[in-house]
Amino acid sequence: MATRLMFENSCEVGVFSKLTNAYCLVAIGGSENFYSAFEAELADAIPVVKTSIAGTRIIGRLCAGNKNGLLVPHTTTDQELQQLRNSLPDQVVVQRIEERLSALGNCVACNDHVALTHTDLDKETEEIIADVLGVEVFRQTIAGNILVGSYCAFSNRGGLVHPHTSIEDLDELSTLLQVPLVAGTVNRGSDVIAAGMTVNDWTAFCGSDTTATELSVIESVFKLREAQPSAIVDEMRKSLIDTYV
Amino acid sequence: MADSSMFTVPQTIGHILCCKCGVPIVPNGANMCVTCLRSEVDITEGLKKHVIIMHCPECDSYFEPPRTWIKAQLESKELLKFCIGKLGDLTKKVRLVDASFVWTEPHSKRIKVKLTVQKEVLHGAILEQSYIVEYVQQDHMCESCTRIQANPDQWVAAVQLRQHVSHRRTFFYLEQLILKHGAASQAIKIKQVDEGIDFFFANRSHAMRFVDFVGKVSPLRNRHDKQLVSHDPKSNNYNYKYTFSAEICPICREDLICLPPKVAASLGNLGPIVICTKVTDRIALLDPFTLRHCFLSADQYWRVPFKSLFTSRQFVEYIVLDVEPVSNEVDFGGSKYKLADVQVARKSDFGRNDNIFYVRTHLGHLLNPGDYALGYDTYGANSNDMELDKYRGLTLPEAILVKKSYGEKREKKRGKARQWKLKSLDMEVDESKGRSDKDKIASEYEEFLRDLEENPELRFNISLYRNREYEPSEIASVTTGEDLPSVPLEELLADLDMSDEEDEENGMRD
Repeated sequence: MATRLMFENSCEVGVFSKLTNAYCLVAIGGSENFYSAFEAELADAIPVVKTSIAGTRIIGRLCAGNKNGLLVPHTTTDQELQQLRNSLPDQVVVQRIEERLSALGNCVACNDHVALTHTDLDKETEEIIADVLGVEVFRQTIAGNILVGSYCAFSNRGGLVHPHTSIEDLDELSTLLQVPLVAGTVNRGSDVIAAGMTVNDWTAFCGSDTTATELSVIESVFKLREAQPSAIVDEMRKSLIDTYV
Repeated sequence: MADSSMFTVPQTIGHILCCKCGVPIVPNGANMCVTCLRSEVDITEGLKKHVIIMHCPECDSYFEPPRTWIKAQLESKELLKFCIGKLGDLTKKVRLVDASFVWTEPHSKRIKVKLTVQKEVLHGAILEQSYIVEYVQQDHMCESCTRIQANPDQWVAAVQLRQHVSHRRTFFYLEQLILKHGAASQAIKIKQVDEGIDFFFANRSHAMRFVDFVGKVSPLRNRHDKQLVSHDPKSNNYNYKYTFSAEICPICREDLICLPPKVAASLGNLGPIVICTKVTDRIALLDPFTLRHCFLSADQYWRVPFKSLFTSRQFVEYIVLDVEPVSNEVDFGGSKYKLADVQVARKSDFGRNDNIFYVRTHLGHLLNPGDYALGYDTYGANSNDMELDKYRGLTLPEAILVKKSYGEKREKKRGKARQWKLKSLDMEVDESKGRSDKDKIASEYEEFLRDLEENPELRFNISLYRNREYEPSEIASVTTGEDLPSVPLEELLADLDMSDEEDEENGMRD
């Protein structure tokens, strides 16, 4: 099920939240609406934790994690680190890493089995990622962009990448990640996918500017409802004929 | 064996779904299909689509504030440029790619222009859109048409050109010069009066320009004056009528002059009897007995104005009996002269009595025994000139020859059309004078044409046109040694054959 929401009038929900199969991190906002939306959806399954990283609210872009662990940058304060360790389940390993590229959320995109990283990431960081998150690490670019963490979002069931990705690249990435991939947009044609949405195996949250078409694509590729991807387009077309003038 | 370039995987761009309507499209900056983009964004928003322009129906021109009227035909380049200019600075907002007219009925008073513009929208996608601008044409007469309508004879500046001599040769020549340089193109009206021509202009500066032009080609003195026509006390606008009075000096080519003592002294004691050889903005004087020459500028002349002793009206024909060269050829102002002693007899005397004169002349290079020459008969003339009296002890020779005559040969060619012709200005002739002048004027014009034939330097400033009606004579021309001087073909301009659409200023004289 895909939900549309806003964080303080911004549609970039992937910037202010981090969703995995085991936990959810949410930024501290002025009103509680953002937090409530996540709570309503996820409270009975996984813990929803309000936090900040390095004193900022852009937590989605600063940390990278999956059900096995969470990696935070060196700028995280000790209190924040302690708070995270306390709030998250015990099997999740929270690790602070020394890395020059400190926006880990932008540099690393991962699910529970595979991770794609920025091409200039340190060797030690790569090892730590493989160790803590328990994933296979591949250095990749997406449509010529090195910030793989921003331009693609994938879960264990499917993935959405930058719209300008060529077919050959799509095939290659799909083979690496072993999940079906589709090139698309989010938030009314924005190509920064991971900033506009956040996803796990059974639910997704997108910015409120996301159009119905984009939502259908997201729901179909991440298998959030029971439908074959190929039937989506025909179904959509039939229902959308009246919107052509 | 090594590849010169890296192995690159061929990249095919796939399709994504348009974020609004879901049709598969090639990804672009906005990631929307063109229709959705168009519906979202209107790049012509804020551009003018409806403009009012002023049009003068009399002269078919359009008003460009603050003051100019631009002449343009419907659906022409100038009109397109004017219309696009009326939209304000388009380039600040969009990029103009194409512009063209959409046909509209002329009576509808609407002009439609289709413009194609491009603009960048939403993250780098460039959108191109066409739209139509409608111009409403409002009729409004421009100031010059209003003025002409109100009073067609209205002039603001007038130039009165006068020359106090009894012939019109100068004015024929001036007419040709004016035609060649188009100096009278801005004149509203041209009127021919006794001893001169009046030119009327709509603008003081046009009149001044014309006076300057005439001043450059003839020695002129002028005065100007103005008369108040109306006065607007609120805006302090004064409307005047300006008049320029210009007088051309009465000395003409081939005149015989007796210089006043002062002038002769200032010119280095040039013999008081001189012949005027050329008049431009300076007067060229030649002493026929010493072959000395000098120039007199307009200022110098008008300081001490003098009249000529004899004019070309008073030419008498002489027959040359004998020629004895005295000096070598002298080149002066483009023409050659040679002193010679000649024996001449007046044509009227020839065969009848034995009046033979021995005179010195400057035409030694032209004359041969048996030729005819034109000159002034000082022997038989009774001149009443004050200047002449001032010189004591001055003896005038009995005859002064001025030019060679082709009289006999002209007789043979009389009545035959010339190979060339001249255009003329459109002048109103003052009919109040007596009509015996008509023949006089015709014969003067004929003489002027002969003058042109004989003098290449006169032709220099004039445009001659080829006479299409001229047929070379079938009878083989009998050449008796010398040919008549005539205008060589290279000098003739082929006339434009637009007789129906010619300017009102130029008419054809045969």
